[in-house]
Amino acid sequence: MKYTRKATPVVLAAAVALTLTACAQSERASGQGGASSGGDTKDTFTFGAAGAPEVFDPFYATDGETFRVTRQIMEGLVGIKAGTAEVEPELAEKWEPSADGKEWTFTLRKGVKFTDGTPFNADAVCYNFERMFDQNEAAAAGPAEYWSTTMGAFKSKAKDSLYQGCEAKDESTVVLKVARATSKFPTMLSLDSFSMQSPKAMKEGDANNVKTQGEGFAYPKYSFNPVATGPYKLEKYDEANKTVTLVRNDDYWGEKAKTKKIVFKIIPDESTRRQELKAGSIDAYDLPNPVDWNGLKSDGNKVMVRPAFNILYMGLNPQKNPKLKDLKVRQALLYALNRDQLVKTQLPDGATVATQFMPETVSGYNKELKAYPYDPEKAKSLLKEAGAEGMSLTFAYPSEVSRPYMPNPQKIHDALRSDLEKVGIKVNVVTKPWNGGYLDGVDNGQFDAWLLGWTGDYDSADNFVGTFFGNYDVNDFHTKATSYGKQLADDLAKADSIVDKGQRDAAYEKLNQQIMEEYLPGLPISHSPPALVVSPKVQGVVPSPLTAEEFSGVTVGK
Amino acid sequence: MLRFIVRRLLQMVGVVIVLSLLVFIWLRSLPGGTVSAMLGDRATPESTARLTKQLGLDQPLWVQYGRFVKRVLSGDFGLSTGVLPGRDALDLFLSRMPATIELSILALIIAVAAGIPLGYLAARRRASTLDNLSIVGSLVGVAVPVFFLAFVLKYIFAIQLGVLPVSGRQSTGLDATRVTGFFVLDGILTREWDASWDAFKHLILPALALSSIPFAVIFRITRASVLEVMDEDYVRTAESKGLATSTIRSRHILRNALLPVITTIGLQTGGLLVGAVLTERVFSLGGVGDALATAFTLRDYAVLQVLILAAAVTFVLVNLVVDILYAVIDPRVRTR
Repeated sequence: MKYTRKATPVVLAAAVALTLTACAQSERASGQGGASSGGDTKDTFTFGAAGAPEVFDPFYATDGETFRVTRQIMEGLVGIKAGTAEVEPELAEKWEPSADGKEWTFTLRKGVKFTDGTPFNADAVCYNFERMFDQNEAAAAGPAEYWSTTMGAFKSKAKDSLYQGCEAKDESTVVLKVARATSKFPTMLSLDSFSMQSPKAMKEGDANNVKTQGEGFAYPKYSFNPVATGPYKLEKYDEANKTVTLVRNDDYWGEKAKTKKIVFKIIPDESTRRQELKAGSIDAYDLPNPVDWNGLKSDGNKVMVRPAFNILYMGLNPQKNPKLKDLKVRQALLYALNRDQLVKTQLPDGATVATQFMPETVSGYNKELKAYPYDPEKAKSLLKEAGAEGMSLTFAYPSEVSRPYMPNPQKIHDALRSDLEKVGIKVNVVTKPWNGGYLDGVDNGQFDAWLLGWTGDYDSADNFVGTFFGNYDVNDFHTKATSYGKQLADDLAKADSIVDKGQRDAAYEKLNQQIMEEYLPGLPISHSPPALVVSPKVQGVVPSPLTAEEFSGVTVGK
Repeated sequence: MLRFIVRRLLQMVGVVIVLSLLVFIWLRSLPGGTVSAMLGDRATPESTARLTKQLGLDQPLWVQYGRFVKRVLSGDFGLSTGVLPGRDALDLFLSRMPATIELSILALIIAVAAGIPLGYLAARRRASTLDNLSIVGSLVGVAVPVFFLAFVLKYIFAIQLGVLPVSGRQSTGLDATRVTGFFVLDGILTREWDASWDAFKHLILPALALSSIPFAVIFRITRASVLEVMDEDYVRTAESKGLATSTIRSRHILRNALLPVITTIGLQTGGLLVGAVLTERVFSLGGVGDALATAFTLRDYAVLQVLILAAAVTFVLVNLVVDILYAVIDPRVRTR
């Protein structure tokens, strides 16, 4: 009796297990082969990603983790030449502007198909643009961010939009119309958000049906089932195991991808990514901590340093601290900063001192400009002239964040603060978590001075200086409160509308000089190159200044 | 007994209602927010205002709470804005739960399987080498931060010896079938034994790291409790009656000594949930703890609300089970 009682649960459990076993079927493809392809390369390239993709429709994304995945499966009319920030033909073989820069004729590549078998042609291009233009209120308020910032408006306010229409001339000729000539066009079409996707799949998956629900956005089915023309296609997103698997598109129009599969393994913790690389369970990962670069190299890995395409600056708010209204004070601050030492001691190898508000990889960069030298004596005398000796300054930095342009905000702040103190400035230190008051504080103008930066989206001076000072009414540099703010914004708009590249670049070079010598709305600090690390077995990764690496040429040795 | 259970469940409903209000207000009073998390350094004052309005976050708090309650009553707990944008927060919780349960169960098994026998032996051989060693071990278990322990374990077993995986729930490329979301169980159900074994191997290191604190606590309570019971009159009586040592140990000492231990195990569940946040993070195990950490940095309100309320419910339920177990072990509780 006693034994039966004890045995009952065991028997029950066994019975339940047996019943369950009867219901569950293995769904494995028979003969699933691991890494058993012939030859001396593996058939999977495993990449350690820092975060999960938001959605798989890049039109509704702004983050690098999403774009890293969609870039492998999608292409735009305009592409980026590997290893540079220059545009090159992708789905369009060539393009030509009209004399006034308002009509662009694109000649499309022939014989390209989406992975659902439908053809890529002029009608598909126009369908894509009309789809992006025709967004509802929910999508326009947030998810379709890249269209908002580059095109300005959607169909509901068609007059304010840069995009003015698309016309399919014949099977492989498309004309795109824009409201005015701008330096950003057609370069902006290289943005991942503007990739060409299958009209059929978008119709079936109700691609534009973004809704606000409660305090979040609900995305349509298509957002998780993208169909495009790239060298890979999405196989599956295994959320439970935090992996995204891509498989080669065997019908790709160009050179087929060299490795059959790409797996993105999502590992939020940076030191865990490093350990995974060491253990050999991933082949590469993004943004290794600069502190680890030497260690990674001595383990035989390749640390690939991308040309810097970003800027770190110290923002200044003259409305909060009236002393900053005087150009001499702002110049004094810049003379006081020992940026050479900062770059050598606190920033990764290859970081440089900023001479202007854009890195040298951007067209319109002024090579003649010299960095303000480190000159504490001059800083002191300028402060004296301005009657600002011993001024106090509330200088903020963010915690709980690391950005490519600012790997360690606290250390950078420490160094800059002690430089300012050396010339007699009283610095009040404020620190707040990045998304715990810091970004809001900058937007609301709470600090006298703060650290922030920007990573460029594409090769365009307007994407840097235009973003910073182009919007006269509201910008982080508070130029509305200055005598030059209006003039600067107007000049930037004028430069942006010059059709001829040579003339346009010259205009930006002049503006960069004026910004640094006459206005100095903030203090440019440095450009830091972000890195990417790959194991010694990996070949064919080309580091991109835009962090836009394409993996179809990658092979992984056994 | 039934009345007792019903009363406790009703109390739980009250707790959840009050807590939901507190959590709602607390989350929104934190600096930063969903909108600045979504826009990051691309934010402009314009885009921030537009998005805040679209999501209804510009409304007074009581209006927002009213809407929240109304939606919850119709079964809608809101959508994630950061962890997995667009996903229903409750679904997200349910899909993340299996990983955390697998991890917690294994951690608890390790803690109990090591803590109780060691505690008992240490008490029986007080001041012996075993006793001293175990005490030092349990102190280390409490004192060493989980992430450091995790680092050491990974370094030895994953990198130097290469016998266990560094992180994750399952190796990539296994193509395992998903049934319940419990990877170990799924492998058994579908007879994909390799998948099951692989998932189990992924659990060992995180479970060891997570078990360190509950192990230490269980060990110390067991030891203290056994020492106390050994001195009781009824143990002496049993000995003088000439009962077999094994009977005395199992029936008189262990059974009585285990009462406080059981309560402790119940209380440790709360600690396990806290520990899971860190452990899942460093082992990149996509469970509830990992979701909680991500949701917090991204101010994913809907997900945070569901996770915190679910943690409260779990805590109450586990302690209810503990109280019932208590009654099973100690007949006196039943009659009360």
